[in-house]
Amino acid sequence: MNKNIKILLIDDETEFVSTLAERLELRGYDSKTAEDGESGITMISNEIFDIVVLDLMMPGLSGLETLKQIKAINSKLPVILLTGHGATKEGLEGMRLGAYDYLMKPLDINEFISKISLALRELE
Amino acid sequence: MSEKAINRETTSPKHYTELKWKIIITMLCIAIIPLATMIIISHFQYKTHLKSEMVRPLHAMANKTKHSFELFLEERLSTIKFISTAYSFEELNNEQIIKKIFMSLKKEFSGFVDIGLINSKGDLVSYAGTYALLGKNYSEQISFKATQLKGQYISNVFMGYRKFPHIAIAVQHLTSDDRSWILRATIDTDYFDNLINSMGLDYQSDAFLINDDGILQTNSKYYGKTLEKCRLKLPPHGSEFSFSENSGILNLNKRDVIIACAEFSSANYILVLVKPRSVVLKSWYALKTELLVVFTISLAIIIFSVFKMTDVLIDRIRKSDEKRENVLAELQHTQKLSSIGRLAAGVAHEINNPLAIINEKAGLLQDLIEFTDQFKNKSKFQGLTGSIIQSVARCRKITHRLLGFSKRLDIKIEPININSIIEEVLGFLEKEVIYRKIDLRLKLLEPLQSISSDHGQIQQVFLNLLTNAFAAVEDTGIIIIGTGNRKHGGVTITINDNGCGIPENIINDIFDPFFSTKKEKGTGLGLSIAYGIINKLGGQISVESTEGVGTVFTVRLPAKPDSNMELLK
Repeated sequence: MNKNIKILLIDDETEFVSTLAERLELRGYDSKTAEDGESGITMISNEIFDIVVLDLMMPGLSGLETLKQIKAINSKLPVILLTGHGATKEGLEGMRLGAYDYLMKPLDINEFISKISLALRELE
Repeated sequence: MSEKAINRETTSPKHYTELKWKIIITMLCIAIIPLATMIIISHFQYKTHLKSEMVRPLHAMANKTKHSFELFLEERLSTIKFISTAYSFEELNNEQIIKKIFMSLKKEFSGFVDIGLINSKGDLVSYAGTYALLGKNYSEQISFKATQLKGQYISNVFMGYRKFPHIAIAVQHLTSDDRSWILRATIDTDYFDNLINSMGLDYQSDAFLINDDGILQTNSKYYGKTLEKCRLKLPPHGSEFSFSENSGILNLNKRDVIIACAEFSSANYILVLVKPRSVVLKSWYALKTELLVVFTISLAIIIFSVFKMTDVLIDRIRKSDEKRENVLAELQHTQKLSSIGRLAAGVAHEINNPLAIINEKAGLLQDLIEFTDQFKNKSKFQGLTGSIIQSVARCRKITHRLLGFSKRLDIKIEPININSIIEEVLGFLEKEVIYRKIDLRLKLLEPLQSISSDHGQIQQVFLNLLTNAFAAVEDTGIIIIGTGNRKHGGVTITINDNGCGIPENIINDIFDPFFSTKKEKGTGLGLSIAYGIINKLGGQISVESTEGVGTVFTVRLPAKPDSNMELLK
């Protein structure tokens, strides 16, 4: 059932993001990764994803900037933000810009999965 | 360290005592020197001025009395002169006539004792009076010679044939045929005493007549009787007729006296007025005493107020110094916390990324084991990865708290109710209360003043403080939470536990970041976070503890945060 769900993970920490993608694959999700905001946006414009997971702290295009552009392309696409630090302020700013929720790294995989499920269920 | 040493130097009791004395001496000098100068200057000015003012009436009095004397003498002299011109020698030589004249004289003028006619040879040829002087020869007497020389004469006081003090006045009359005769009258000196009495002198003062040779012409109260040598040494006087120069202030007979002299023009007399200095200068002495009293009272008032004011001043300075030092210490502490917080946040952030990787790798490992059916040592691997993930979770907890600690700068001020926040926080801890049978007593004041503060942060503070209290008490221990209004607005919250207490040697460190007694169980940030938050919100947090008895944390929050507290950011 999860096979039908396409997730895009955008984070500059490739070690982290690739492992996370693999774990999601094991759980039946179809997950893809992008190393930075620009490539993530390109992928979103070319493919259809069900949900995007976006890191806020990235070199180049910042997380919040990327979020704005994603929302410009598809305002209904749910975005879950990841923060490396307790920047509640940025998290809240992201929520204001239309993100679904934000989570702090390191992630608890079960919490992460349940957030994804919730975001998708709300979409339906 | 050195700064602390300097502070202690400036706040030592010795420093304040020195400062106090410096201020006192300076203020006393400033106040007393001009006052004393003024008093001394006015003292001398008044002295000079008043003395001349006091002495002048004395001169005037002496002069006036002298005039009375002169008038008296002149009057009698003129009368005798008139008689000598109105009557001829022959008429006067008639006993009937001279007696009649004498009767008239006695009736009209006081003081006449007798009257006699002396011919050019000096024989008393005609006489009217009570004494048997007829036929006496006066040719050898000074009065006769002086009269012949000057035409008229007023004698000094003498006893003469009459044996009581009197003076003689004589007038020479020249007839047209070049014969000369003298009309001589004696006058009782009682009238002199009357004149002197009429001066109305007080009992300490004295006035008398003396002649050039210093022989008293009237009785003196202090310096001898009539015709005795005057015991008072008079100031030297020249030939000039100026009594003011003949008077002075002399210290004689051990009595400090002021003497005024008036020299007669028509006779060889000097009127002497003697007054004790104390009488003359009475008002001056009174003024002097007044000046002294005023000076003494002013001095006492000045000294009293200087001491009082200096005490108040020093007290104020000491208090403001202490306050300043406390603020400085507070500021240093806050700065320390904030820089440590920033550092911690940086470290936490850097650690979070590798931690996330470890977490995911371990998670993947776990997933792989999980999703693979036949795996050798499956349960052991699951245990190992689980342990890694748990450790990561622990690290995550620490880094998140550290980040939280540094991110407490964003304050959202809204009206809050402290009692309901306490109840919310207790909701988190409910299970522990029941499980450990902790005796939780709430003494929450209702209604409690509503204050403006940050809901979330206050919640965090209570959570931290209560977590500590729960850790401190044994199972079935007692925790008392109390709230109350503050007198000048704001609220006070106390959290009292009967736990192990805090040793005295570490009580000053408990608010420092990373200071922990709970070893691996705590991060050492709970109290420093609480401290930082309460500080930011303009409140104070304090602790009192006795080892083995318990600990009380007291949090005081203002009605609303001081806007200055924002600067500490």
